[in-house]
Amino acid sequence: MRIPLGWLGEMVELGSKATPNDVMAELVKVGLEEEGSHGGDISGPVVVGEVVSFEVEEQKNGKTIRWCQVRVATSGDEEIRGIVCGAANFVAGDKVVVSLPGAVLPGGFEIAARKTYGHVSDGMIASAKELGLGDEHEGILVLSSIGLDPEIGLDAIALLGLDESAAEVNVTPDRGYCLSIRGIAREYSHATGVKFQDPVLAIEPVMGSGFTLEVKDSAPIHGKAGCSQFVLVGVAGLDAEAKVPDWMVSRLKLAGMRSISIAVDITNYVMLELGQPLHAYDLDKLVGGISVRRAKAGEELVTLDQKTRKLHEEDLLICDEQGPIGIAGVMGGARTEVSSTTKSVLIEAAIFDPISIARSARRHKLPSEASKRFERGVDSSISRASASRAAGLLTELASGSFSGVGAEYASVFEPAAIEMKLDYPGQLVGVEYSADQVIASLEEIGCTVTKIDDLVQVIVPSWRPDITHKTDLVEEVARLIGYDKIPARLPVAPPGRGLTSRQKLRRRVLSGLTGAGFIEVLNYPFVSAEQNGWMGSVVGVELENPMQSEARFLRTSLVPGLISAAARNISRGSTDIALLEEGSVFLPNGGSAVTALPAGNERPSETTLAALKAAIPMQPRLVSGLLAGDWLPQSPGQHSIPAGYPQALGAVEIVMQQAAVSFELKQLEIAGLHPGRAANVLVAGKVVGFVGEVHPELASQNHLPRSVGVFELNLDEIFALAPDLVQAQELGVMTFLTQDISLVVDVQVSAADLTKSIVTGAGDLLEEIRLVDDYRGKGLDAGQKSLTFALLYRAHDRTLTQAEATAARDQAVELANQQFGATLRG
Amino acid sequence: MSEKLTPEVVAQALQESLSALAAVEDAATLRSQKAQIVGENSPISRLNALIKAVPNEQKAEAGKLVGGARAQLNQAFEEKEVKLESLAANEALANEKVDMTAAPKFLRLGARHPLSLLMDQVSDVFVGMGWEIADGPELENEWFNFDALNFHPDHPARAMQDTFFVKPVENHLLLRTHTSPVQVRSLLERELPVYVLCPGRVFRTDELDATHTPVFHQVEGLAIDKGLTMADLRGTLEHFARVMFGDEAKIRLRPSFFPFTEPSAELDVWHPDAKGGPRWVEWGGCGMVNPNVLLAAGIDPEVYSGFAFGMGIERTLMFRNGVKDMHDMVEADVRFSAQFGSVI
Repeated sequence: MRIPLGWLGEMVELGSKATPNDVMAELVKVGLEEEGSHGGDISGPVVVGEVVSFEVEEQKNGKTIRWCQVRVATSGDEEIRGIVCGAANFVAGDKVVVSLPGAVLPGGFEIAARKTYGHVSDGMIASAKELGLGDEHEGILVLSSIGLDPEIGLDAIALLGLDESAAEVNVTPDRGYCLSIRGIAREYSHATGVKFQDPVLAIEPVMGSGFTLEVKDSAPIHGKAGCSQFVLVGVAGLDAEAKVPDWMVSRLKLAGMRSISIAVDITNYVMLELGQPLHAYDLDKLVGGISVRRAKAGEELVTLDQKTRKLHEEDLLICDEQGPIGIAGVMGGARTEVSSTTKSVLIEAAIFDPISIARSARRHKLPSEASKRFERGVDSSISRASASRAAGLLTELASGSFSGVGAEYASVFEPAAIEMKLDYPGQLVGVEYSADQVIASLEEIGCTVTKIDDLVQVIVPSWRPDITHKTDLVEEVARLIGYDKIPARLPVAPPGRGLTSRQKLRRRVLSGLTGAGFIEVLNYPFVSAEQNGWMGSVVGVELENPMQSEARFLRTSLVPGLISAAARNISRGSTDIALLEEGSVFLPNGGSAVTALPAGNERPSETTLAALKAAIPMQPRLVSGLLAGDWLPQSPGQHSIPAGYPQALGAVEIVMQQAAVSFELKQLEIAGLHPGRAANVLVAGKVVGFVGEVHPELASQNHLPRSVGVFELNLDEIFALAPDLVQAQELGVMTFLTQDISLVVDVQVSAADLTKSIVTGAGDLLEEIRLVDDYRGKGLDAGQKSLTFALLYRAHDRTLTQAEATAARDQAVELANQQFGATLRG
Repeated sequence: MSEKLTPEVVAQALQESLSALAAVEDAATLRSQKAQIVGENSPISRLNALIKAVPNEQKAEAGKLVGGARAQLNQAFEEKEVKLESLAANEALANEKVDMTAAPKFLRLGARHPLSLLMDQVSDVFVGMGWEIADGPELENEWFNFDALNFHPDHPARAMQDTFFVKPVENHLLLRTHTSPVQVRSLLERELPVYVLCPGRVFRTDELDATHTPVFHQVEGLAIDKGLTMADLRGTLEHFARVMFGDEAKIRLRPSFFPFTEPSAELDVWHPDAKGGPRWVEWGGCGMVNPNVLLAAGIDPEVYSGFAFGMGIERTLMFRNGVKDMHDMVEADVRFSAQFGSVI
C-alpha cells in the first residue's frame, strides 16, 4: 500500500518536514512493514515559462528541432532563454514547464546548459513524463491543456504538486482496512498519539431511491450470504471527458495507479482514500433494475478487458434485466462500461463475502485492487458514505449532479461480543497490563468495551472483521502498548535426551564421509522423467506446477542430482570430485488418497490421522556419493590415484562402520551402472543400497569421464538394522601365527564367495583374513585366477602350533576345493 | 719365536694399533677393520702368544703390561666408534632431508555443506537447553501444512505462499511451504510439555535469483507448556541470537500476522558484526501459538500456551557469513562448501 504523504496529512497531523521514512518508522511500530518510498525526487529550478518565439530547424540526421526563446521570468530580457526542443505540439505564447540548469528531474536526470544541434540549450522544456506526471511523452506539457494559466516564473514543482512523496508499507492479510489512507491514518494515530480525523465524518451522505434492486443468494458459501450491503447512487449530467485534476493524477500515480478517465479515477480515488471498492455503471446502458445473484450454469460475461468469461455457479454476479453486468467485487462487464460519451452513472458500493470474492478472483485469475480489499474485509459501515463521496467528486470535478436515483440494501448485522478476562493479555504476553491499559487500548482501536467485574465484553469496530477471538484482542493491546515493553525470560524445558540415535547416525555418516574426503552438496529434488529413468525408476511423484516443465518430477534417487552437480563442477574446472549428498527421495506408494480434508480446528480421529499420513508418499533419507577424476592427484614422487568404484566401496564401509553393521556385496546388473561393475549392498540379507560405476554411456551423455564411482544407501533401513548397543568382544592375547595362501579358481568365482569358504573351512582359529592379490596370466590357464589371502590364526587359550595352523589351512583349501574347485597354487 | 715381551714391544704394538685406528675416517671402514685393529688379528692380540713364553714368575707382570695396553686401545676404539657412528647417523639424516612443502598428498579434504552445518549448529544450541529435534516429511499432506495451522481453505494467507502441489491436486499433497507442519506433528505425537526444534527443507515457487530459491531451509522452534508467555519467546530468541551473533546481539519484535500465531511478530536481530557496521536485520517470524493450532492437536488452549518461531537458514548464512548470492548455495560447487572447512 502506497501512501502519498499529502493525502495522509489530511487525516493526521504529519508535520511539514515529515519524510516517507519518518512515516514508515512510525507505522512499523504498529505492525506495518516498511517497503520503500516513492516520488519527491525532483528539485531545483523548475518554473513556468512562456514560449516567446521559435525557429524550426531541419537537422542533418533527419530530425526537426525547434530553437525556442522562452521567457522564464516576468521582467528583464536576460530571463529569455534559448532552449532546443524536439517536440512540436506547442505554439508561440504557450505556457510550459521549464527545467533550468541545476534542476534534477525524477530518475536523477540532471539539467545543465549544454551544446546541442548547434545551439547552447539553456534548460529543457519538460514533458509530463519527464516531470513524473504520467506516461504522456508525446510532446511537452502545455499548461493550458490541463486548464492552467499560471504566472510566468512560478515554481512549477509547487504548482503541479511534483514534490509529493509516498511511503509504501506492506499490509498483512488480516488488516484489510490498512489498504486505505483512512486505515493507515488510524494506525499512524495509534503509533504516534496524534489525533485521527476520520474523513468519513466529513462526507455529506446522499441517498437515492426508485431504482429496482434485488439481492438474493441461492447458494451461500459456508452458509454466508454473498452480499450483505449494496448501495446505488446515480449522478446525471456528467461531462465524462472532464479533465482529471493534476492533484488527483499525482496522488493516484503516487499510490501506484494510472489515470484513466474522470469517472474511473474518482472511483479509484475513493477506494484508495476510504478502502471501499466502487464501480460505476453507465446508467443509459443498463436495462431495467439491478439484481445480485449467483451465476447460472452456462452463463457468460464479457468483462471490461474484453474477455469472455465462462461463469461458475459459485460466482456472485451483478445483473440487469439482460443478464450479468459484472462479477461482484472482481471485475465489471464491458456492456455497461463508462465511456467518453457517458452522461449518467450509477455508483455501486457494496459489501461482499470475502470467501466468495476470493474464489471468483482466483477462479478467473483476476486479482484486482477491488478483490484484494474484499478478500481482506472492507469496513461494513461506510458503503453509503463512499458512494456519496464519489458522487460529490463527480459533481465537483465533472459537472455532474446527484440525480436522486438510487437504492440501498442492507442485511441486519449484529457483531458478536468477544469476552475476555482483563488479566488475560498480561498472562499471554508476560507484561502486567493494568485493567485501564487494556480497556484504553481496545477503545483506541475503535472497540466498544463493557467491563463486568474482571471481564470485558468487546464489540469490535466495523473495519476490524479480522478480530474474532480474545487472542486477537491481546495482540491489539500488546502492539498498542508496544512489543518493546515485553521482557525477556528464558523458559526451562524438561531435561532432554539430546539427539536421537537416528539423528546422531546422520551426523556420524556425514562426518565420516566428509572426513574421508567427500564434499557435501545439496541439490534440488526436481528431476525429469528421464533422469528418474536413469536409475531404473519409471514412475515418480509429479508436480502440478513445476518451476520448469521438464523437471516436473521429484527424485527417486540422489544420483541424477549428483551427476548434474558433477558435470557443473567439471565445467567450472573442478575435475577431481567426490560429491556427497544426504537427503530425501520421494517414492510413490500405493496408499489410498485422501480427497476430503478434516476441519482445521479440532483433532481428527486417529483413523483419519493415520489415513492422512498413509496417503503421503514414502520419503526415505538416502546418502549417496559420486566420484570422478583423480581421488589423489599426481604430486612429487606420487602417481595420481584415480577415483572410481573402489572409493565408493570405501565410502560404503565408512557408513556401515558408523552404523556398526556388517554388510555383504552381491554383484549383479543394476540400472544406470556399468553392467560388470555394480553390486547391491546387503545388511542381514536385505538390500540397503548399491555401489559401483556409473554406466559409461550415462557418464558420457552427461559429459563426465568414463569411469565414475557411485554409491547410494538407504540410511533409514540401515538405521533400522543397526544395533542400539555394541557388545564388546574379548580380545585374544595369545601368540598368533600368520600364513599366506594362494588359491587358483575360475575367474567367475567372486573373492567374497571364496573368502566365505576359507573362513568356514578354517574354523575358529582363523581370526583375520585379507585379500592381498588377484593374479591372472602367466603360469595360469586362461579363465583362471589366483587369489592370495593373508591369514592370521590365534587360539584364545593357548599358544598355537604351526601344525594346528597348517591343519586349519588344509581344511579351508579342502572346502574351497569342494565348493569352487579351488586348488592351492604351488 | 725369538721376540721377547718387553715394554718396548708392547708399546710398539699399541702404537701400531692406534695408528691404524687413527687412519680410519668413517664408521663403515671402522666396522670392517675392527678385527685388524682390536680383534684377533690386531698387534695387541698377537702379544698373547708371547705371554706364554714368559717365565711363570714374570707372567703376572707381563699380563698387566699387555692388559694395560689393550684397555687403552679399547677405550680409544670405543671413542672413535661413538664419534664415527654419530657422524654416520647425522649424515644419513641429512641425506633423508625432504622439502616438506613439496610433500605428496595422501589424504583428501572433504567438507560439509554450510547450510547443513548451520542447521546442526542451531540444533545444538537448543539441545543444550533441553529441547529435542523433530522432523517431518518434505512432501506433506495439505492438512498438516495449512488447515491444522489455522489457514482457512479460503484464507488469503494461503495464496500468500506459493505452493508446489502434487498431481492430482485433489489428493491434497504438496511440498511443505514451511517447517510448521512439524509443529502439528510434534503436538499430535508427543507428550506435553513440548519443546522442539524442527530444522528442514521447504519449498516455494520462487524463481532462483540472488536472494530467492524455490528450495530452502528453515529452523522452526515450538514450545508448549503451562504458563508460557511472549516474554519466554523473547528470552529464548535473545539467547539464540547471542549464541549465533555474539554477546552484543539483541532482538526486536515488530507486530505482524501469521495464521498460526496470535499475537504475531516479525523478528529483527541486532547484528553487531554486520558488514558496513552494526544494524538491525530481519531474521524471522514468531508469536504465541494460535489456539486453533492447539485445538487441531487436541490440546486445551485454556490450560496450555506456547510460542513458535522460525527463520531461514539461507538468509542467516547470507548475512552472518557474507554470502552474496543464493546461487552459490544451490549450485553444488565444491569450492563453496570447501571454503568453510567445518567452521560455520
